[in-house]
Amino acid sequence: MATGNETKVHLAREHALELLQQMILIRRFEEKCAELYSAEKIRGFLHLYIGEEANAVGVMQALGPDDAIVATYREHGHALARGLPAGEIMAEMFGKASGSSRGRGGSMHIFDARHRFYGGNAIVGGGLPLAVGLALADKMQGNNRVTCCFFGEGAAAEGEFHEALNLASLWDLPVLFICENNGYAMGTALERSESNPDISQHAAAYSIASEAVDGMNVVEVEAAARRAVDAIRAGKGPWFLENKTYRFRAHSMFDAELYRDKAEVEKWKKIGPVIRFSEWLLETGMIHQTDIDSIEREVAQTIDDAVAFAEQAPWEPVEDLTRDVMTPPAREEVRP
Amino acid sequence: MSKTRTLTYRDAIREALREAMQRDDRVFLMGEDVGRYGGAYACSKGLLEEFGEARIRDAPLSESGFTGAGIGAALGGMRPIVEIMTVNFSLLALDQIVNTAATLRHMSGGQFSVPIVIRMATGAGRQLAAQHSHSLECWFAHVPGLRVVAPATVADARGMLWTALQDPDPVIIFEHATLYNEEGEIAAEGEFSCDLDKAAISRSGRDVSLITYSGSLSKTLDAAQRLAEDGIDCEVIDLRSLRPLDDATIMKSVNKTTRAVIVDEGWRSGSLAGEISARIVEQAFYSLDAPIERVCSEEVPIPYPSHLEKAATPQVESIVAAVRKTLRT
Repeated sequence: MATGNETKVHLAREHALELLQQMILIRRFEEKCAELYSAEKIRGFLHLYIGEEANAVGVMQALGPDDAIVATYREHGHALARGLPAGEIMAEMFGKASGSSRGRGGSMHIFDARHRFYGGNAIVGGGLPLAVGLALADKMQGNNRVTCCFFGEGAAAEGEFHEALNLASLWDLPVLFICENNGYAMGTALERSESNPDISQHAAAYSIASEAVDGMNVVEVEAAARRAVDAIRAGKGPWFLENKTYRFRAHSMFDAELYRDKAEVEKWKKIGPVIRFSEWLLETGMIHQTDIDSIEREVAQTIDDAVAFAEQAPWEPVEDLTRDVMTPPAREEVRP
Repeated sequence: MSKTRTLTYRDAIREALREAMQRDDRVFLMGEDVGRYGGAYACSKGLLEEFGEARIRDAPLSESGFTGAGIGAALGGMRPIVEIMTVNFSLLALDQIVNTAATLRHMSGGQFSVPIVIRMATGAGRQLAAQHSHSLECWFAHVPGLRVVAPATVADARGMLWTALQDPDPVIIFEHATLYNEEGEIAAEGEFSCDLDKAAISRSGRDVSLITYSGSLSKTLDAAQRLAEDGIDCEVIDLRSLRPLDDATIMKSVNKTTRAVIVDEGWRSGSLAGEISARIVEQAFYSLDAPIERVCSEEVPIPYPSHLEKAATPQVESIVAAVRKTLRT
């Protein structure tokens, strides 16, 4: 398994196990979400991150607790990798008051101030200007912090993508743009939506340093993210990574997947981030099957606990319907 | 008697901007041509020299991008004032205003407030045709999570900004483009900040309540003056806040006069005038002695020629006619 081309991540056993554990946690968590969706515990839109785990896990290794994250509606994995409690994420999807966003957001809108996790944005491209603004605030206040913005390749067709890249570069802001290129904007293949499907070239057009990364390889993603974050912290302005990845599941639970071949999905599954990393670690002898078994047991327990937490969590009373529209002491609407 | 002074609406805004920048290091102004050009309506003229490029921040023509950046900066601890050249251009930033600024607090379960102030020019009257003249205040006033104000006087232009900056939630300030050169008297010195909640009784009267806001206030006051010459005593309410609406002040007036005319530069269909009318019917129906009248813009994109622009928007004559209709005189 190839590691990053310049900065090789020194892969200690403990760290390897940590990466594997986080990816397996996301994988099993998402599988459980699909199951709970069928059981009608989770409703609305549900977008699973299965197949893309290496991206959130790899990138988060490079970020510190003071850095900020802006994510998309496919953000369970990012929330878990950032360290948000699995129970609160699950409770959010149940729509319960103990959820990350008091149940007001659901699967697409997970927020957590403690982790500087700014959602959960379900407008494609909408998070990019927000990330630019967070970075602008840091620059104006003299904070040496990074704002990391995740989005899919579909966002590259939005005006906000271009406006945000231009602003970040023009104002030299500490933003790490992570394009998770999974090949499809819902059902539209990249080649069918972009005149130039090489997304990293879009960044170059705005004079932003960019790199294309194997988004199925957690070690490579981490190495690239560390290079990027180091450069940003050194004051070299924004940085852009295009992580080439793939989602194994449908876009959402309503997607019949008429737009791609099963064979294509199977081909990508063979190079899936979990299977590839674990097989490589086993081959090199860095870990043993018992380590994986132990991770699986721990993860199963974490997910059982998360589901139990969500099941037992209270619903918000209907009397509180209009709370959190305005900041209290709210000037109440004069009448309903 | 305390001393007063005369200044223009534009100077009042500039003075308010300068004061805000001086009082709070977190405050900065961002928008198209706010710096070197001095602001499309010259509201920020001279501020670049005083506060520097970081705080008087010229932005590229990226309404969605820099409005979103303002929202992010507000989340990040700053107190941005975003200037959008006109309400027509704000439609390019509607995604950020409606989908992000207005929703973030609720969607995050109360974790993230967005203390941003967005200023923009609105309204017709300068022959700028159909892409620079519309009054879309009611679109924003429709949205929970936003506070919307419309200073119609020099005192409010001077006073509303600082109060808006103290608000933890997004505040949209609509400045009518015909008001920038208007003069008014305010106190010579002291604290200028004022409340954003209450409608003002701009003229008290017994016979008819005229409810209006922004650029239509002076026309409505002129109409009231003309009607007074015929012995018709109008009360004029300046809404000041378009969201939330100050129902109490409106109903108190209508209960007293028993007649209401709403003057609104927005198009009649789906207008704020329609909303206010509905509220009066809901809350003061039995006080009414005549059907409510609305004086709104005609259902046409604002045309360029002066005579057609005037015909399209509320004028003193149309307001006078509407008042007479409620009195059947």
